[in-house]
Amino acid sequence: MAVFDRGLKIFSLVLALGVGTIIFGCLGFERPLFSTLTVGLLGKYLCYAVLALSIDLVWGYMGILSLGHGAFFALGGYAFGMYLMRQIGAQGVYGDAILPDFMVFIGWDRLPWYWQGSEYFIVALLLVIVAPGGLALVFGWTAFRSRVSGVYFSIMSQALTYALLLAFYLNSLGFGGNNGFTDFKSILGLDIHSPSMIVSLFGASALLLWLAALAARVLVTSRLGLVMMAIRDNEERVRFAGYKVENVKVAIFAFSAILAGLGGALYVPQAGIINPSLFAPIFSIEMVVCVALGGRGTLYGAIIGAFVVNYAKSRLSTAVPDLWPFLLGALFVLVTVFGREGAMGFGRQIGRQIGRWLGGPKLKAPEEERA
Amino acid sequence: MPRLFFLNFPARALLLSLGLALALATLPTDRGLAQADPSPARESLAGVSQSGESQVAGSPFGEPQEPPTADLAAGTDLSAPVLASLQSSKVGDRDAAIQELGLDFSPLSSQILAGLLQGRLHLDRASGAFYLEEEGGFRLLWPETGPSTPENPRKVAVNNRQRETLEGLLNSRALRDPDLERRRRAAAALIGATKVDLALIQNLLTQEADERTRDSLRVIVALGALRDSGSPLSAKLAALQDLEGLYAPAAQADLKLLAQGQEPQLAQAASRVLRRLEARAQHLALVETFFFGLSLGSVLVLIAIGLAITFGVMGVINMAHGEMAMLGAYTVWALQTLWPQSPGLALLLALPTAFVVAGLVGGAIELTVIRPLYQRPLETLLATFGLSLILQQAARKGISSMNVPVTTPGFMSGQWLISSNFSLSQGRVIIILFCLLVFAVVYLIMRKTRLGLEIRAVTQNRAMARALGVPSSRVDTLTFALGSGVAGISGVALSQLTNVGPNLGQDYIVDSFMVVVFGGVGNLWGTLVGGLIIGLANKFLEPLNGAMLAKITIMVGLILFIQRHPRGLFPQRGRVASF
Repeated sequence: MAVFDRGLKIFSLVLALGVGTIIFGCLGFERPLFSTLTVGLLGKYLCYAVLALSIDLVWGYMGILSLGHGAFFALGGYAFGMYLMRQIGAQGVYGDAILPDFMVFIGWDRLPWYWQGSEYFIVALLLVIVAPGGLALVFGWTAFRSRVSGVYFSIMSQALTYALLLAFYLNSLGFGGNNGFTDFKSILGLDIHSPSMIVSLFGASALLLWLAALAARVLVTSRLGLVMMAIRDNEERVRFAGYKVENVKVAIFAFSAILAGLGGALYVPQAGIINPSLFAPIFSIEMVVCVALGGRGTLYGAIIGAFVVNYAKSRLSTAVPDLWPFLLGALFVLVTVFGREGAMGFGRQIGRQIGRWLGGPKLKAPEEERA
Repeated sequence: MPRLFFLNFPARALLLSLGLALALATLPTDRGLAQADPSPARESLAGVSQSGESQVAGSPFGEPQEPPTADLAAGTDLSAPVLASLQSSKVGDRDAAIQELGLDFSPLSSQILAGLLQGRLHLDRASGAFYLEEEGGFRLLWPETGPSTPENPRKVAVNNRQRETLEGLLNSRALRDPDLERRRRAAAALIGATKVDLALIQNLLTQEADERTRDSLRVIVALGALRDSGSPLSAKLAALQDLEGLYAPAAQADLKLLAQGQEPQLAQAASRVLRRLEARAQHLALVETFFFGLSLGSVLVLIAIGLAITFGVMGVINMAHGEMAMLGAYTVWALQTLWPQSPGLALLLALPTAFVVAGLVGGAIELTVIRPLYQRPLETLLATFGLSLILQQAARKGISSMNVPVTTPGFMSGQWLISSNFSLSQGRVIIILFCLLVFAVVYLIMRKTRLGLEIRAVTQNRAMARALGVPSSRVDTLTFALGSGVAGISGVALSQLTNVGPNLGQDYIVDSFMVVVFGGVGNLWGTLVGGLIIGLANKFLEPLNGAMLAKITIMVGLILFIQRHPRGLFPQRGRVASF
């Protein structure tokens, strides 16, 4: 399979056009066509899409359903949030040049050891990769080596994010407890609220999403990708064929966690806040449903799902707040019971139908679903 | 085939630990007893605050007892001057009146004293008559000739000092009560009092036959001797000697003072008593923690049993399991709203009702949502999660987004006195026993009935079971209904411990999954032992570094444990185990 198939070409084109329009609309006119609020919101969706993509990589291609991927997203966010907190410097409420406000508030007089160096951008970037990646390595290694799989792995990953949720609520952990990090002022010394910064963050998120999709595409079309799918379809057989199933699983799981962490890192400056609620199991599960809705094992489906569900969430949870949980719940049920292939599968069917109507050459049918 | 009910390893482990608990719990009873139980009746579980608790503001020395209704000491009618001085607007006069009343043991004076303390005593200024405020009106107390209804009743106010005196007086009075329980409580309550008539206590001590009451009285006397600066050294030493044989946490502060005092002989004796006291206090705290752990554990087990059936036996992830418990809890609320006059009966009726309601909902879920997904357990998880969102929101919209009030009937509240210095909350004991009962019933269903046999057959080998004529899809539905029904029953129990609201299920779902996986999937004994272990570990870790950190520690510990032992504490052996 070629890396640059039709899907990736269409995706790149749509993304480039969309992002180009928005950046041009914001910077090319005297009065911007899009408000910074809209751009910030779309930027957040892009970050969610990165998370959904990372879930699809392990779930859709390797059959590992992680209900705790939000934890990696949140860890990346917290890692970058530490840098943003340090950037506030003396502009905080308490005016302490070193300590973030919440530390002053709980009476700490110096930074804990794990906050050392967080004022450097490069350290922050490193931490964004190391924190989720490291946790995924350790967790994945212990789990996959003991052959915790299927439903058990899902429950374990949920317990992991739940434990982290409880831990990050503690003030004594040094991550702001209940309130988390907020009130950011600048990145690299530049004002975080300026329109150009908001547009740049949006552009960076789009770039990240494109790179993530490209990387995922490269991965799934490689030999390693074949092994991944083989593991999904019959783990035992792959093991008997002599592959180190555990190593593949751990490596891909960690890679996916790093992707999620990068998404989280870009999410925080655009959302303007990070708190433990991102560790809540429901957040992770919602993202999984985004993937299921878009169609798992398709990469682009996850991205579409993330956009659709989160857009619907932003609109409907304000328009009909009472109805939204019903709709979300119904979505969970309907997507899993009826829509096995998700939106992408539906799209393919439509495409085939149109092709038949036009009498053109028949599109190739999708690979047969596994038994 | 139904097999003999034999005890396998987990069962023996459980029996052993329960025996240990019993031994620990009975140990302190053979010793001197003095202190009334200070522990709160229902302390919160899993960080959830309690509902439906109405407590009278506690006094520093326990609740004073109700005045005796029987005529104890032959008392004549009160002299008018005493009550007249109670009518006086001067505090000093009222002080004197209270003292006078204290010396009089007639029922009338008891009623007046109790009325004063509870703020129910009213004075009609116009006629000078005293009335007791009761439900629905005023009852004439004195004089008999007064008008039966007061024109302008005013409450006779008491200040804090008088309240203290009144409590002391009423408790001393209760020491003469023919009711044994009342005497015991009064004696225990008097230990903490600052003003005690020692002569009276000593006098009572000679007449009292009950060992527990005597012990309390002896503590009072000993404390009195220690506090009296005028008493000779030998008397103090004798008092310490006396205290050594008794368990009196109230004496701790005095003992500490003495242990640091000037008198070497006294200090030595006091520190010896103190050491002994502290050792025993630690022992009791240990037993209490054990009990709370058992209580939390049994709650976890109750919820997890239903899950052990659906998840463990069927391999189906039901994220809506917590909401089945929520349904059960709402059933209690609904029935209690229907019969507000008998909450206890409603609670008992809620047990079968909740089973049926949750069972029907569970069966319906199985037929509609889970059936199409049997080959795809991961998707079942998502679909049932969606259902749990819908059920929660339905409770929020259909009933209320707030918690609903659930009454705790008399037999569930109150303390169960094992000894006067150690008592257990009755509700918790009942829940522990109830958990064991539910477990036994589910175990017997799985082991002894046709349905249980079929469930196990389908679990172990669906194709073979079907080939032998087991209607596997009907069994699936019934199993799911059974698991959900048991969850509903657990919700009834939970309604007595935590707030009943839309989030009730959410609070427990992660925990209960962990219990089932920890115990070993497909193993009911594992669920029981696992749940109790988690509960105990939680309560024993809590004092070390707080409830939150204890929970996190347990979570991380469980994750690590399951990474090491993916099949849990008691893995199933053989081919069944290959999931």
